[in-house]
Order: sequence, then C-alpha cells, then structure tokens
Amino acid sequence: MIPTDSTLRAFEEVVPPLTDREVHEEALRCYYCDDAPCIQGCPTGIDIPRFIRQIAQGDLAAASRTILDANIVGATCARICPTATLCEGACVRTRDSHPVAIGRLQRAAMDYAMQYVTGAPRLPRRQTQVTGKVAIVGGGPAGLAAAAELLRHGCHVDIYEAQAALGGLDTYGIVSFREPLAVSLWEGELIRSLGATVYLNTHVGTDVAWQTLKDQYDAVVTAVGLGKVPMIGIAGEDLLGVWDALDFIQQSKTDSYPQIAASSRVVVIGAGNTAIDAATCAKRLGAENVRILYRRGEQDMPAYDYEYSFAKQEGIVFEWWTQPVEIVGTTHVEAVRCQRTRPVEGPSKAVVMNDTPSWLMPADIIIRAIGQTKSDALWRLLDIQHQGAVPVVDPHTYETSCHGLYAVGDCLAPSAEATVVTAAAQGKQAARAIIARLEGHSITKQEG
Amino acid sequence: MADLSVNFAGISSPNPFWLASGPLTNTGYQVMKAFDMGWGGAVWKTVGEPVINVSSRLAAIDYGGRRMMGLNNIELISDRPIDDNLREIAEVKRRFPHHAVIVSLMLASDPTLWSDMMRRVEDTGADGVELNFGCPHGMSERGMGSVVGQVPEYSQQITAYAKSGSSLPVIVKLTPNVTDVRMPARAAVAGGADALSLINTINSVMGLDVETWLPDPHVADRGSHGGYCGPAVKPIGLYMVSALANDRRVPVPLCGIGGIETWRDAVEYLLLGAGAVQVCTAAMHYGFRIIDDLTEGLNDYLDRKGLASVQDLVGKAKHRVGDWNDLRLSYSYKTVAEIHADQCIGCNLCFVACDDGGHQCIDRLPGQRAPVVRKDDCVGCNLCSLVCPVPGCIEMQDIDLGLVETWRQRQSRVGF
Repeated sequence: MIPTDSTLRAFEEVVPPLTDREVHEEALRCYYCDDAPCIQGCPTGIDIPRFIRQIAQGDLAAASRTILDANIVGATCARICPTATLCEGACVRTRDSHPVAIGRLQRAAMDYAMQYVTGAPRLPRRQTQVTGKVAIVGGGPAGLAAAAELLRHGCHVDIYEAQAALGGLDTYGIVSFREPLAVSLWEGELIRSLGATVYLNTHVGTDVAWQTLKDQYDAVVTAVGLGKVPMIGIAGEDLLGVWDALDFIQQSKTDSYPQIAASSRVVVIGAGNTAIDAATCAKRLGAENVRILYRRGEQDMPAYDYEYSFAKQEGIVFEWWTQPVEIVGTTHVEAVRCQRTRPVEGPSKAVVMNDTPSWLMPADIIIRAIGQTKSDALWRLLDIQHQGAVPVVDPHTYETSCHGLYAVGDCLAPSAEATVVTAAAQGKQAARAIIARLEGHSITKQEG
Repeated sequence: MADLSVNFAGISSPNPFWLASGPLTNTGYQVMKAFDMGWGGAVWKTVGEPVINVSSRLAAIDYGGRRMMGLNNIELISDRPIDDNLREIAEVKRRFPHHAVIVSLMLASDPTLWSDMMRRVEDTGADGVELNFGCPHGMSERGMGSVVGQVPEYSQQITAYAKSGSSLPVIVKLTPNVTDVRMPARAAVAGGADALSLINTINSVMGLDVETWLPDPHVADRGSHGGYCGPAVKPIGLYMVSALANDRRVPVPLCGIGGIETWRDAVEYLLLGAGAVQVCTAAMHYGFRIIDDLTEGLNDYLDRKGLASVQDLVGKAKHRVGDWNDLRLSYSYKTVAEIHADQCIGCNLCFVACDDGGHQCIDRLPGQRAPVVRKDDCVGCNLCSLVCPVPGCIEMQDIDLGLVETWRQRQSRVGF
C-alpha cells in the first residue's frame, strides 16, 4: 500500500524529543554521583553521569561519544530500553524526587550525533590492539556490539546478515513510531564506518557454509536471534488475513505498509511487547477495532507497563483470560472462536480452559504474537552442547562448547523479556573474550 | 506586627529596604512607582555632570539553570541633566514626604562645586546625600568614583567638601575594590561622614563568548571591566559590613548593600550591623514587586523571633564574626560529620569530595548504601555536608573537648 500523509504522520515517533531547554534543565538535575548506581543499572555500563554532564556543558558530540564508547546501539537503547527498571530505576533521585530522564537525555545526545556527526565517531582507542579475523553471523544489536568492540581492538570483522539491512529486530521488529527506521540504519552505518565488512542478504548455512566460517576465521560469533512467531496450533491459521506479528511489523517498516481498512477488526494473540507493537501498529494503520487476546490476566502480561499504558491510550481493547481455539473462515479470516480460561490452583502459572461455551469474535485480521520460535537445529548442526533449544555458553565469555564459536543475543533465548541492551552487553563481552584470546598471539601496542 | 520603620543617620524610612542607586532609580517615574509598591527609600541614580553612556551595558553570570547569579554593569552615572534630576527629586519628596529620598552625587574635586550642589539638593527636600566613591568603571578613569574611594585622603577631603556648609546627612558609599575597607571608611568618618554604605560594585570581567571571543558585555568589538553585583557578591558585602561594624574607629551607621534578594539576606546584613539595606540587582531582575516578600518576610521573622522592631536585629550578631585568632583551636573544640544512613540516597558525592578534596576520612562499605565517617580522622571541614544534596543527611556534630583555648590564648600561654 502506498502510505498516505496521515499514515506517515501516524508512524512518526510517538515520544517527542526534549526541547533544548528541557534537555538543559533535565541534565542539571543529575547529581553527578561518584560510582553512580545508574551505571550499574545499565547492562552496557554507559558512564551516564559523564554524558549528562557533557550535555549540561553543551557538548553533545562528546556526550554521544561517551554513550557509543560503551554501547554502539545507544541510539536504539535511548528509545526502547526499559529505563524504569535499568538506569533510571537505579538513579539516586528516585529517593529524593524523581529519576533523571536518562533515556531521553541519551536520545538528545544521539539525535545530535545522528544529525551532525559525520563519518566514524572519534571513540577512544582501545589500548589493546590485536590482529585477527572474526565472522559475525547476524547484524542485530548483539552482533553489532560485538563487531564494534572487535573493530576498535584492531580486528578484521565480517558481518553476515540474512536481511537486506543491518539492525536485526531494531530494524525489522520495532514499530517505527517507537524507533524510526533511520535510527537503526544509522547504527548499521556506524559499524561500517568503524571498518566492518558487511555481507547483506547472505544467509549462513545456505549462501555460506558454517564450516567455511569456522575454517577461515579466528572466531565466529553467532548472533542469529530467534525464529518466526510460532503457530498457535489451532485450525484456520492458514487462512488469508492471519499474520505473523514480526512479518506485520517488518512490512510496516519497509516500503509497503500492510493494508488495513478502517472497518477491519483486528485481533492480536499474545500480550508481550511485540503484541503491543503489532496492535498499536494496526491501529495506526487505520483499524478502528483492535483487541488483544491473552490467556492469562492483566498482572501476568509480559509487556512493559509503559507499553501497556500506551496501548490503552491508543484504544486497544484487552481480553484477559481468553484463549483462541479456532480461526474461522472460508478463504479469509472471518472470526476467531474463543474460550475463557482460568488459572490452575497452586503456584504454577498454568491455565486451563473453562467449561463455559465458546464464542465467536468477529475478525478480519489475526496477528500471532506469542513469542518467537526456538530451535535446536543450528546447535545440532554445529554440534554445540545445548539444553533444549538453548546453546550452553560460558557465562563470562559466551563461548559455546565449540572452541572459537560464541553465541550472544536473543538466540540464547532468555527466559525473561529479551532486551536490546542485554544483547549489546553480551556482544561486547564475547568480543572482549575473543580479544583476550587473540592477544596471546598478537602484537600489543600501548596507546601513546 | 513588628515595627519595620528605621531611622538611619537621622533619615527616617517606613522600612529598611531602599533601592540602591542604579538604573532602577534613574527617574521620578521609577522611584514613585517603587514607593507606591512599598519601598521604604531610594538612592537616586548618581547625579553629576551628565555623561554619555555606551551600549551595551550589562552582562550576567548564570549558574545551574538560574539566571543572573551575578550581574555586571558598565553604565555610568546619570545621563540626564542635573536640573531634570533635581526637579524630579523634589517632586518625589513632595508626594512621598515620609519615604527616604537620598541623592547620590559624584562631582569633581572642587569645593565650590560641592557646596553649590549640596545647596541645590537641600532645596529639593531630599533627606540626604550619598557620595559615590565606589563606581569602578568609566568615572574612575576621570578622577571620580572608586579612585576617590581607593585613596583615603581623597575620601576624607571630598567628604569634608560635602559636609561643609550643609546640614544634610552625608552617607559615603564605599568601594570594595580595596585591600582593607576599614581605611577608606575611617577616612570618610574623619571627613565628617554621618554614615557609610557598602559595598559598591566589584571590578569584574564577566566572561567571554567562546565562539566569538568577545567579552560580555561588549561595545562593538571591545569590552571593559565593570561593576559586579547580584546574589554572588553577598558574602563579600557581609564581610565588609562586619569588618566596619566591629571597627571602633567607624562609629557611624552602616547601610548594607550587595546581593540582597530575600528577607533572609537582609536579616543577615542587619544582624552583622547594617541599620538599613539597599537592593538593586534583585529589583532589576524581578521588578519592584519583590518588596512585598521582603517586608512580609521580615515582619514574619521578627514576629516569630518575638522582636518588636528592626532595630532589635541591628548588629546583634556582629560579635560572632571576628579575628581568626579568637577561634577555639581544634584540640579545644571540633565538629565531626555524621552521615544519617536512613536519609542517604547513595550518590557518593561526600565520599569523593572527602577523598579528593578533603581529609580522606569517609569510607564506603561493601553492600551498604551510605558511606561512613571515620570520626577520629574527621577534621570537621564541612565539605561533605556542603556537597550532600539531601538537606540534613550529613550533620556536623559539635564536640567540646573541654579546654577552651584560642590561638591568642595559646600564644600567651606558651609565652610569645
């Protein structure tokens, strides 16, 4: 569909940037703590008081370098980090007032860098310089973070990305009114400017053999993420009008917005952040009636509180304790048959369906948003030790049971909600482990 | 209701708040508006041979998002004819007979000029004059203003010119741009000054624009030093007022000037010995309307303290500030910091300040938010309590070590 002006407006970033004045005032609220708790609260350890002080002193370029020094996907994180549970949750000002708006200040610095800083950012040179070749499979945040760290230590880095652009879910899985496409694409460009060689549209395993990588590189970092949204396992999922939430969002971020009539009744299955993204995306594409079905209650919902609030503001209707049992239609979706659920007595989170009669919820579009497929296929192929669909890695180095092969990011299938910042932190940590290993047979130069 | 009225060197005023001589007392319009709004007095902008001014004139230093912590001015004395000023002064005095109207004067060093001008001021009905021996810019290069104030002999002589042949109270306004303010103060008293007012503005270059390398303020492509005032200078004013209040050779009333923005500032000046105060920058910043907060605040304060009048404050704490040699030495009395862990927010500012800029006596303990003071090593410098952003979290506790001994007492004990 060719986007109309109103669609384009609807997909502009929801959270406005702070004004220059607001940025200055907010930056002055920071106490510039020593050994600040907010730094501990950031998985990538950004020196937050320092970048805020740089903002307060009017040097936004320096602030952006401080951020990128620790987190190369800082522009994405500024937008989508659950700051209330990370840096801002740790801010000392939660105790005497309200936390400093660290995320929005970070965004101010990164917006400045995106607008005004050209070429590679002048990041501090890493003291240890090594020679070595590393292949990174998957150009999402974990892969990019690993790449940046390796490049800054002098490594040769090749990134293999199956999609047509870098960024992974930042590029394809986050609705653009939360993170404009330009942000993650800029981060991809940053990695190129640091010296990475990028092979796009290149699927390792089909276009390039895993064995080739293992043979030709000193280390291989797999940051392949997870798979598509799994099937719910009910009848009718093959009908026209049934979407995978990630495909739906991806289409809204590329040139062709999914076509949705105003009269469309959209039903989203699942209540995680991606479900909220898909639901609000459908709403902004014009659907007046968007419902989220979740088989548990409000308090069990995995989406962040602010995502939930946003969805409610957008007019999304939530149907708790509701399980889809069948998608009904001839060629196209017409309705979804629903059944009430209830929690199983006891400590488990399990639910069972009620004996009450099911009912038909009319629907024109169904969006599956029940997580992502985890598979052990790759780990078996690579002969890596794994538990279920999760490779076993060293908790400090992220090395798998296969020497020189590392795994980071969502492919580690964390039990908690996966975050970009955690993926970036893992990528960085794996890179440092690789550097430490390469250091053994490399020239070490001290910075002058 | 406390009595806010004051009688300062024979000049009565409904309250101790006067507008200081400056851009805000340049016209009858301004002074009458201020009196209507409740100001007790005003010192008219310095009258003299009218000058030609420059543009621009003011610059400010901001801090922590607040505007005008300090202000600097390169404007000179009145650019209006003497006749116009005196006519308006007479009109103001007719309309506000109970308010204090003081005429600031700056004239060349010529006794005839002075006696002539004093007569003309008397004719206006004004309550007194203030001799501007303090203006640090422009006029000083012409042999007036602070060059007079900086040479005690000149101060004495010109004060005497003003006093001879006039019964009007003469207040001498002192410049802080001297090494010891007591010297010009004593000279003014010797010349017959009825009272002193201080401080005038401080020599300053406010800053440079780091992009253009032009000073602030600048006139075309150059700047000049100007007079610094505003909240930032209050500590200097308080020091100088207390120095004179404690000087037996300066037995005249003092009018406190410098950084007074709130009733609290005024109370501090009064307690250290000022009999009235003058306000300039704050009223230039926020307008004359701030007078309500000043009078109401001072009145509430006096009521709360059970004091009947402003006079009950004047000089009541002046003996608290004096010579370092009269302070008890640290083996006699000390304070130590106590960090109240229940109030600590964990910023570690006290820790780093003590470790880098103090005496390395604050420790961080693993698993504990609040740092801890090693009291035996604490010298009681206050730094930690000053940097702590939580009021009351770090308390400086008194420790009286029994023996009372100052440096002076120690020296006499050991026989120096």
